[in-house]
Amino acid sequence: MTAREFKKLTLRLGFWLLIVLVLIYAIFPFYYAVITSLKPSSELFTVNFWLDSLDFSNYVAIFSQGSFVRAIFNSILVSFSVVAIALLLGITASYALGRVRFRGRTTVMLVILGVSMFPQVAVLSGLFEVIRGLGLYNNPAGLILSYTIFTLPFTVWVLTTFMKQLPQELEEAAIMDGATPWVTITRVFLPLMWPAMATTGLLAFIAAWNEFLFALTFTLSDSQRTVPVAIALISGGSQHELPWGPIMAASVTVTVPLVVLVMIFQKRIVSGLTAGAVKG
Amino acid sequence: MTTTTTTPSAPERARPYRGTKVRRQRVRAAWTFLAPMLVTLALVAGWPLLRTFYFSLTDGTLSALGDASFIGLENYLVYDNGTWYGLLTDPLWWRAVWNTVFFAAVSVSLEVVFGVIVALILNAEFRGRMLVRAAVLIPWAIPTIVSAKMWAWMLNDQFGIINHLLMALGLIDSPIAWTASATYSMWAVIMVDVWKTIPFVALLALAALQMLPKDCYEAAEVDGIHPVRVFFKVTLPLITPALMVAVIFRLLDALRVFDVIYVLTSNASSTMTMSIYARQQLVEFQDVGYGSAASTLLFLIIALATVAYLYLGRKQLQLGGD
Repeated sequence: MTAREFKKLTLRLGFWLLIVLVLIYAIFPFYYAVITSLKPSSELFTVNFWLDSLDFSNYVAIFSQGSFVRAIFNSILVSFSVVAIALLLGITASYALGRVRFRGRTTVMLVILGVSMFPQVAVLSGLFEVIRGLGLYNNPAGLILSYTIFTLPFTVWVLTTFMKQLPQELEEAAIMDGATPWVTITRVFLPLMWPAMATTGLLAFIAAWNEFLFALTFTLSDSQRTVPVAIALISGGSQHELPWGPIMAASVTVTVPLVVLVMIFQKRIVSGLTAGAVKG
Repeated sequence: MTTTTTTPSAPERARPYRGTKVRRQRVRAAWTFLAPMLVTLALVAGWPLLRTFYFSLTDGTLSALGDASFIGLENYLVYDNGTWYGLLTDPLWWRAVWNTVFFAAVSVSLEVVFGVIVALILNAEFRGRMLVRAAVLIPWAIPTIVSAKMWAWMLNDQFGIINHLLMALGLIDSPIAWTASATYSMWAVIMVDVWKTIPFVALLALAALQMLPKDCYEAAEVDGIHPVRVFFKVTLPLITPALMVAVIFRLLDALRVFDVIYVLTSNASSTMTMSIYARQQLVEFQDVGYGSAASTLLFLIIALATVAYLYLGRKQLQLGGD
């Protein structure tokens, strides 16, 4: 083996070692959570790196609690509603911003950008008053309303970027045929925008599913909570006696659907994230 | 433009229907379409923000918001009996400001460094690259609350795997109380945040890397220039604009950080950030006036940071990208 070949081999080995390191770093915490969730509570406090047997008692424990099942239901309800509202308002707004030139367009874009920069805490007291005034305190509908503050600007921004890329000839043909703007959106653009809507919808879904501060503040009783709050508030006798088995089981339960979604749609997610940031 | 129009087409392409009935109809439709979104944003963002500003000038409490009376700037600063009171004299507030800035600066720097490294790895050609890219995305997909809980378990002082490993390797003699100790808790929080957000930075950096022209690399290779030198002289300057965008997104996020800290260390003063401080005053102490004052300052600090960043970076925001 020549010195040159040896150098090449070491470089290759080093590169693969680096990849393995990155993989372990990215995956291990989740893997460890899965392992912990599948241990009986008697073995919880011995450190293992793999499992000898499967024990589902932690999962049985959380699913036999009505409040956790209820929280999953609330999270699904809230996330799907938020996505539907954001896409509906987003597609019409992005048509206006992406396809029509009018005075005040730049101002509207600036306002949207400004809202997406808001720290959530800055609107907390004012939004609390609005939600209580509408009678939506301690109600998933209050969360659906409040979540539009972070899903809507993002959705409009990304959909506008996509809307602009569509060829102008399409629209001209529709206008020549005398189509109204509403018909143009639903018949011409909507069929072409499905991929973009799937991407933004997915990102909005993940954001809504993961939200914590509003959910913690605007709900009070166990039956109205979403999953992140339910997990954060699982408690034992004291700070030092947290029931880690059930906490990990709940964590894995709410994360697996997201991980599966990300695996399936990773290309879309990447294009959505980069469209939102790089082009924004 | 293949349609026969009487007006010259070049400058008109952007606004082909100006002044016509069709164009007026389109502009009217545009505002009709924008209205629902603008009304929603006004309801959930604009009006609440104004109310927060107003509440910061009152003595409102959470249970009796309607009875709030105007007290001027007393929540911020007031002189009474030879002593200054108010938010601006509260050492805990300043502690929270410092913690937030420290957290944002350190975690965003680490994320950019590691994010670029991961992006460089993913940019190389190797078998299973798509699989590795998908795996790297996992931390980003995990809810912040869940990742905080997962790490809290791994960082557990008695039974956590991290103390176990460090002791097995002989790096420490006794377990470290990562999330409880004043010395380590900030670093624990930063560690969890960095783990969760490296994928975001890495993806943006990767997108930039994939748009780079191939020919200058070939030239560098022919000239026998060391790859590390090529990275700092060619690659880094070319992806800096994309990195700047990633940095501002991450900075804005880091300055309003709440979830990860609330779950890992609750309201401990050694990791208290501005968001944690404001929410504690607002919700737990029910002091809406004082809490709103803290929220208002946080908003101003973030707005100021954004403006300063855009100005210093001289970044031309091309609105809408055309």
